Amino acid sequence: MVRDVSFGQYFPGKSPMHRLDPRGKLIMFIAFIVIIFCTFNYVSLGITAAFTVLFLVLSQISPKFYFKSLKVIIFIVIFTSLLNLFYGSGEPLWQWGILRITVNGINRAVFVTVRIVCLILAGSCLTFTTSPTELTDAIERLMKPLKVIRFPVHEIAMMMSLALRFVPTLLEETDKIMAAQKARGADMESGNLFKRVKALIPILIPLFVSAFRRAYDVATAMECRCYRGGAGRTRMKQIHLSARDVAAFIVTALTIGGVIVCNIFLKRVL
Amino acid sequence: MSCVLELKNLSFVYGKGTPFEKKAVDNVSLKIEKGEFIGVIGHTGSGKSTLMQMLNGLIRPSSGQVLLDGNDIWAQPKKIRDVRFRVGMVFQYPEYQLFEETVYKDISFGPQNQGKEGEALDKAVRDAADFTGLKPSLLEKSPFDLSGGEKRRAAIAGVIAMDPEVLVLDEPTAGLDPMGREVLLSQIVRYHKERQNTVLLVTHTMEDIARVADRIIVMNKGRPEMFAPTKEIFSRGDELEAFGLRVPQITAIMRQLRDKGIDVPEGVLSVDEAFAALVPLLQKEGKLW
Repeated sequence: MVRDVSFGQYFPGKSPMHRLDPRGKLIMFIAFIVIIFCTFNYVSLGITAAFTVLFLVLSQISPKFYFKSLKVIIFIVIFTSLLNLFYGSGEPLWQWGILRITVNGINRAVFVTVRIVCLILAGSCLTFTTSPTELTDAIERLMKPLKVIRFPVHEIAMMMSLALRFVPTLLEETDKIMAAQKARGADMESGNLFKRVKALIPILIPLFVSAFRRAYDVATAMECRCYRGGAGRTRMKQIHLSARDVAAFIVTALTIGGVIVCNIFLKRVL
Repeated sequence: MSCVLELKNLSFVYGKGTPFEKKAVDNVSLKIEKGEFIGVIGHTGSGKSTLMQMLNGLIRPSSGQVLLDGNDIWAQPKKIRDVRFRVGMVFQYPEYQLFEETVYKDISFGPQNQGKEGEALDKAVRDAADFTGLKPSLLEKSPFDLSGGEKRRAAIAGVIAMDPEVLVLDEPTAGLDPMGREVLLSQIVRYHKERQNTVLLVTHTMEDIARVADRIIVMNKGRPEMFAPTKEIFSRGDELEAFGLRVPQITAIMRQLRDKGIDVPEGVLSVDEAFAALVPLLQKEGKLW
């Protein structure tokens, strides 16, 4: 059911990836996104792919879950790579009506596939090994400079962690409500689109009602504990940089450097 | 008596192949007779709820079969909806499933899905409301304006309205005040008597189950460790305690009296029964005034 989706889930563990500083992981992830779209030849693409695999191995999470998260986006990958395959420029290698394949098109298709796959894998690696609390803590720390322009950093981070906290709860709730309505003969698996959308009403209304109820409960609970925003708050878990984080930074820097060097000295294929 | 539900080597495994893999129900085989009132007790996480959800095909078993009147409910997966109309299921905190504009419409959701129309539908809704003690004036109200206890009744009526042959109730009295609990329980008993159908009641309250159930299933770690008539189950208090359960308070008191050498019957299940047993004893000793 809904819970079978593994993308975005957190798997508790003690691997080197789990123990990295979440701030570092987030920065490296962002750097990785940038660099993966700056790969213009096969060597640099290979370097980023190798970098991804290295971190996947270090996360010590069964490859099964990575495949599962890829399954979600398989159609997007196929669709975009097909589009790219047929829309390349240059001399056609093969042509049939408006469909034509060029060397450029093949290159584009390969690049787009590898890039998206690496992106999803790296993203899964980040969420698999970083708990939602760590992640929002990291975001809060990294956005702290924005306080200067009166950006409500703490409030945004609190909203994010609350939202993330309730994702599994709401999923569970959805499962329960679905089961209850199915027990009353609700039919969600057949009929046309209009019928199916209508069949969602008995699920969505109770879900909204309970989401609001929970929101009120949380607000009351927070007020009972004298929550009054970010000013003067200290953290229970302090995050520190360690040798491990420095090593991870060096590997990331080397990858970025490698990609840049390859881009300068080798021929572009795109 | 004929057998209405039969479970054959039923098992269910949660999260197969993940680190969270867990055997929730482990090779369960048992038979439930038509018209019986069955109690299901067990510690939290003992697999009661999972087992119950397999009875009407909400969860497909990992292995084994559920036979309803001798037919495997999963023989035709497309017809599983018919099974759900025949085995009605009331979940824990059922009031969270209310969604319609009026109580009447919400109760009619189930029978309408069954294909009932017109007078038959109206009768089903009103009968169900009557069984659960909902006043007719409440039927036109929004379910969200009702009190907690009334919401619970409305939700239970929504399942009863489908007139299921087997009614499964998962902790229907949880979170109600003692009075509400008493009333709801007696309504379920009345419903059982009048419709002559089979009822399975899951509960944590031993006092409730001791009074109403014919037989009790004791679940522990996914296995039905005991399945016997109520009196027998509660006369084996030591075994129950090993599963993290206890006997009703009145049964425990009567057992202690027995241990002290006072001649009271074994397996007393209700206060009334205990009263009937104690009065002659006290009168004999002239201590009753």
